[in-house]
Amino acid sequence: MGLLDVKQEATEARLSGVTLPESGAWLATARADALARVKTMGLPHARDEYWKYTRPGTLTQADAPEAALYDTDEAPIFDGIERLNVVFVDGVFSAEESDDLTGEGLSIERLADIAQNDIHWAKELYGVLETKGQTPVQRPLAALNTALATDGVVIRVSGEVSKPVNLSYRHRDTTSDAALHHVVKLEEGAKVTLLENGPGAARFNQVLEVEVADKAEFHHVRAQGRDHERRNVTHIFARLGTESVFKSFTVTVNGVLTRNEAVLELTGDDAVAHVAGACVGDGEFHHDDTVFVTHNAVNCESRQVFKKVLRNGATGVFQGKILVQPDAQKTDGYQISQSLLLDDDSQFLAKPELEIYADDVACSHGSTSGAIDEEGLFYLRARGIPKDIATDLMTLAFLAEAVEEIESDELSDAIISRLESWLERRRG
Amino acid sequence: MLEIKGLKVKLEDEDKQILKGVDLTVEAGKVHAIMGPNGSGKSTLSYVLSGRDGYEVTEGAASLDGEDLLEMEPEERAAEGLFLAFQYPVEIPGVSNMTFLRTAVNAQRKARDEEELSAADFLKDIRAKAKTLKIDADMLKRPVNMGFSGGEKKRNEILQMAMLEPKMCILDETDSGLDVDAMKLVSEGVNALRSEGRGFLVITHYQRLLDHIKPDVVHIMADGRIVKTGGPELALEVEENGYADILAEVA
Ligand SMILES: Nc1ncnc2c1ncn2[C@@H]1O[C@H](COP(=O)(O)OP(=O)(O)OP(=O)(O)O)[C@@H](O)[C@H]1O
Ligand SMILES: [Mg+2]
Repeated sequence: MGLLDVKQEATEARLSGVTLPESGAWLATARADALARVKTMGLPHARDEYWKYTRPGTLTQADAPEAALYDTDEAPIFDGIERLNVVFVDGVFSAEESDDLTGEGLSIERLADIAQNDIHWAKELYGVLETKGQTPVQRPLAALNTALATDGVVIRVSGEVSKPVNLSYRHRDTTSDAALHHVVKLEEGAKVTLLENGPGAARFNQVLEVEVADKAEFHHVRAQGRDHERRNVTHIFARLGTESVFKSFTVTVNGVLTRNEAVLELTGDDAVAHVAGACVGDGEFHHDDTVFVTHNAVNCESRQVFKKVLRNGATGVFQGKILVQPDAQKTDGYQISQSLLLDDDSQFLAKPELEIYADDVACSHGSTSGAIDEEGLFYLRARGIPKDIATDLMTLAFLAEAVEEIESDELSDAIISRLESWLERRRG
Repeated sequence: MLEIKGLKVKLEDEDKQILKGVDLTVEAGKVHAIMGPNGSGKSTLSYVLSGRDGYEVTEGAASLDGEDLLEMEPEERAAEGLFLAFQYPVEIPGVSNMTFLRTAVNAQRKARDEEELSAADFLKDIRAKAKTLKIDADMLKRPVNMGFSGGEKKRNEILQMAMLEPKMCILDETDSGLDVDAMKLVSEGVNALRSEGRGFLVITHYQRLLDHIKPDVVHIMADGRIVKTGGPELALEVEENGYADILAEVA
């Protein structure tokens, strides 16, 4: 039996019990299309090239593996920041725990609420950017999400929104299997910051589709933390217009399995796309950052900055690609992925790629992995700083380069101080 | 205060003996200087005392106020009051000088069951001390030693010493790379710390530093041993005649 057959069978078995959620015309079509795409592509398989470093089995199997709840003895990371809080519990929107969903310059609707509509503006994006992002590399779990997600938010931003929108996830059921699908549309010149934090569910599949129109600015800061047993697969699909800005940052601590994909396409001239991540992995931890940036316009800039600190057998993965299409002259593309391995049991697997079809471009990439600088460690210890604290100081310093990609000082401070307290807690 | 007896040290990974039986005692309140040809083992001695990896003590002992140093982790030695001003201070990207020093000061206090210094008191203290060493606010904010000139790194070592107020200070060629003015600043920094309860071991190649920091005792180290000990005049002799005579005499 060939691989295709194996995949086909597994996919059919997985989808056999699945029925699409009932929905109105616009969404029903999108879901049916997505399901058809999943069937054609097949779900990810351990022998797929794109899943060479990350085992997809627990993400594709029918039931979510159980995940213990974690102690919520610390305040949610963005609590100190004035924001509009939108809460999901195990993948279901919670009106009681959320703020009133109104804000100046934006409209927020719940996907479950608009699902029954016959027509909605979100039709032009829902599953559309995801579909586009399926070439040249297939991302079947995102299509599965488009087919099955029953909740999420649909945000339309028309002006400069000062208060960030915070999607807060809470996990209260040890076997919850959640699929959330968010759509954000920024109109010309609009500006918004989206925050995400908290454990989504035992298994969490999320898609975020973002359209950044000309001169619009989208900032995204996400914290995936401390719920040790969760499994996450997330996809961001973004399309950038002329002179637009897209900046996304994710901090990840713990989690048995996390795969964060970002698929960005620069379609208007002079656009800027940054995606960054900092992660601390300890023990049974597998973290995969998979990024695909396509330059399809002139004079655009893209940056990928990923830093990982791994120990006690943790695994970090980076698959990052910059694709520069023939007309995307004057592209400035940068990609760096680095890991700090605190012991020999941990590993970092990286596949950095450049594919360039334009001649007037400046692209660079680098990937390194190394042990902690022993000279530096001794220097700190010789001044009386205990080894574990010295290691954490150097860990933070290493990660800081990725955290600095966040534009807002208030948000980067929040990330740094949370990282500090996580590291301190781990020291005991 | 610092007592070193018959200390023999080899490299951990290589069959190479570097210290071949060092005996040395530095009393509280005294300044001892060590001079000696390149490669004689001066830095190795300072590293072994402060607990750096890569060396194996095959014989002998070293203690600070009666506490066995060789059994302790580097941070424990520091908390006991041992300080080494490095011959080559290390650059630490991403860790600001200020954070580094505050963490160090408070870690030592904690290890000694003393109360941690408040942020305000710490700031006041470091600003005053930095000023006398002509270290500006920008250097305090920058990552530890990153992009510092040779002389700035050495001044930064002295600032750390001033902040940590150790009992026993070992200075490994703190004078090398300093211009005349910086030499004065550094010497003044050292002299300001001289006190009855504090011992100094100053490793240097030049009389120039010893003009400013008047040593009580001068040792000559050669091939892993202290081969001669005398008063300040010994340093002058080295300055004038080099090591040839002394080495011939003890051979
Ligand atoms: N880690 C090491 N690996 C190999 N050789 C070493 C190591 N550490 C020290 N040595 C050797 O041990 C000897 C003593 O070195 P050390 O640095 O202690 O000399 P020193 O007296 O401080 O010299 P200098 O005056 O040049 O600073 C030298 O021959 C040096 O090459
Ligand atoms: Mg030396």
